[in-house]
Amino acid sequence: MIEMLLRRLVLGFVTVWLVSVIIFAGVELLPGDACTAVLERDAQGKVLETCREELGLNRPAIQRYFSWAAGAIQGDFGVSVDGITSISSQVGLRVKNSMLLAAGALSVGVPLSIFLGVIAGLWRDRFVDIVVSTTAIFAMTIPEFVSATILVLIFSIGLGWLPAVVLTPADAPALEFFPEFVPASIVLTLVMVAHIMRMVRSSVIEVMAGDYVQMATLKGVPYWRIVFRHALPSALLPAINVVALTVAWLLGGVVVVEVVFNYPGLGRMAIDAISDRDLPVIQALVMLVAAVYVGVNLLADLMTMFLNPRLRTLHMRSK
Amino acid sequence: MSGMSVQQMDVRKPLFRRWLGILFEVARLPSGMVGLFLVGAHLFFAIFSPWLAPYDYKALDSGLILGLPTAEHWLGTDHLGRDVLSRMMLGGREALLVCAMAIPITMIWGGLTGVYLGLRGGWADEVVMRLVDAFLALPGILPLMVFVAVLGNGNEVLTPTLAFFFGIPVIRVARAATHDVVARDFVLASRARGHSRLSIMRRELLPNVFDVLMVEGAMRLSWMLLTFSSLSFLGFGVSPPTPDWGQSISEARVYMSLAPWGVLGPMIALSTLIIGVNLTADALAKTLGIDRSKKAVV
Repeated sequence: MIEMLLRRLVLGFVTVWLVSVIIFAGVELLPGDACTAVLERDAQGKVLETCREELGLNRPAIQRYFSWAAGAIQGDFGVSVDGITSISSQVGLRVKNSMLLAAGALSVGVPLSIFLGVIAGLWRDRFVDIVVSTTAIFAMTIPEFVSATILVLIFSIGLGWLPAVVLTPADAPALEFFPEFVPASIVLTLVMVAHIMRMVRSSVIEVMAGDYVQMATLKGVPYWRIVFRHALPSALLPAINVVALTVAWLLGGVVVVEVVFNYPGLGRMAIDAISDRDLPVIQALVMLVAAVYVGVNLLADLMTMFLNPRLRTLHMRSK
Repeated sequence: MSGMSVQQMDVRKPLFRRWLGILFEVARLPSGMVGLFLVGAHLFFAIFSPWLAPYDYKALDSGLILGLPTAEHWLGTDHLGRDVLSRMMLGGREALLVCAMAIPITMIWGGLTGVYLGLRGGWADEVVMRLVDAFLALPGILPLMVFVAVLGNGNEVLTPTLAFFFGIPVIRVARAATHDVVARDFVLASRARGHSRLSIMRRELLPNVFDVLMVEGAMRLSWMLLTFSSLSFLGFGVSPPTPDWGQSISEARVYMSLAPWGVLGPMIALSTLIIGVNLTADALAKTLGIDRSKKAVV
């Protein structure tokens, strides 16, 4: 148990370290640097030299990597290419906004998706299941900007119930986002419910076909007692991992939805940074999101291990 | 297991005839029928739309800006007075072209790497898999956008970039599929006969993981189309005036309250294509007996 725990922890750190190397190497290999980005293409040799000197870009790559990584560990990602804005304080604001959006989607989405998944799994191939599963396929496959546009067409333009875009500035307190973040949250909820629901459904089907459920049925245990006491606790375990992936996705990968609704979260910060060629900000964001991804997944694995006695003794090989 | 032996006999049939049979089986499932119909219709328009489109996709008509649907312009005109229907008919070509080129590259590089690692194991396996983990931790579409922003948005950049990033999760899938096969007797026998790794891969492993890779490829195709259209929606895909659904939607959204028909056409076109590919992939997985829902959602 302790050995496995340590192994997972070490692997997590190795992954985060590798991500930092990949990000740094990627930015290094792509043509252009922070100076060419600020000074545009017409920068003269002399100006470029002084700029690189000021930002310390003429030091060897290894040395720059270590100073960047050392800062990153302490939560200091340096300054943006404009030379003034501290990246960490900017990112902090956006993290808060993204977390608000994620919290909105998760608080509705997780219970809903588990409920639908269990229903669809228990009544497999019946009417409820067909309706839920088909809707899930649509929700999963339709691009987010399409479902967002449909939502705006119906509820903002047609009925006038919801605001179409967020106008609140990034540094406003969380409460001020209240009615405006709802449409973005709904779109995200749709996608995540589809994913989690499918996972829960197949897990419920698998467990309900298992030997011990059949055994309980033969012993004459009432159906709903089997479902709640015997089947669901183990059927819902895999959901923890999917929820973890969803959390990571919500905190980092929702560029499209944030752009559509003009929501000032991490995703929009990233696309703005890419448009401005603000490499230090891009590095910081990708690093942060990757670290969250690794951390959340690690947490999910530990939780599953804690809740499932079988995994504590079995040597879990990463597949 | 009797099911297994049928599958193995199937594998020995000529590849083309086997897949023709599978295609018919897929078409017999309701989801496969709808999926194949949608994909077929989109392929038809992608190939023949230059001859079918009623107007030139870049012809501007300043007298007809955001025009209503009429007998001449069935879906109206956009903010530059261009015919929406023509642009919609042509709008899937770039996406399909890029993805059709990128998917085979994705599956070949990801699949071969995964199968090789699954067979080889050892330190190389460990090192590459840690790198794969790290790449999977990168946030979705962002690395793609960085590549496009720096290197340009031509198809010669998009195709290899998409193929590279989409191949990484394929390594995992191919490796796991290989692990299921590698311990079986015929692989052991092949090893005992002294076959080289390459020969074992070609003769024993690839035929056995081929089905899994085909399903995976069909699935990846639908995600790649989604990614491509998201990129072009965000302005990192096809450059104007080339028509593309993602881009059309992002342009038409601005005028949505005045001209909602401009956004509906490309939305329906894009969604039906992605749903079609997805349904086909689902039916293919069912036909081949591969349970996709058990795979990790990465």
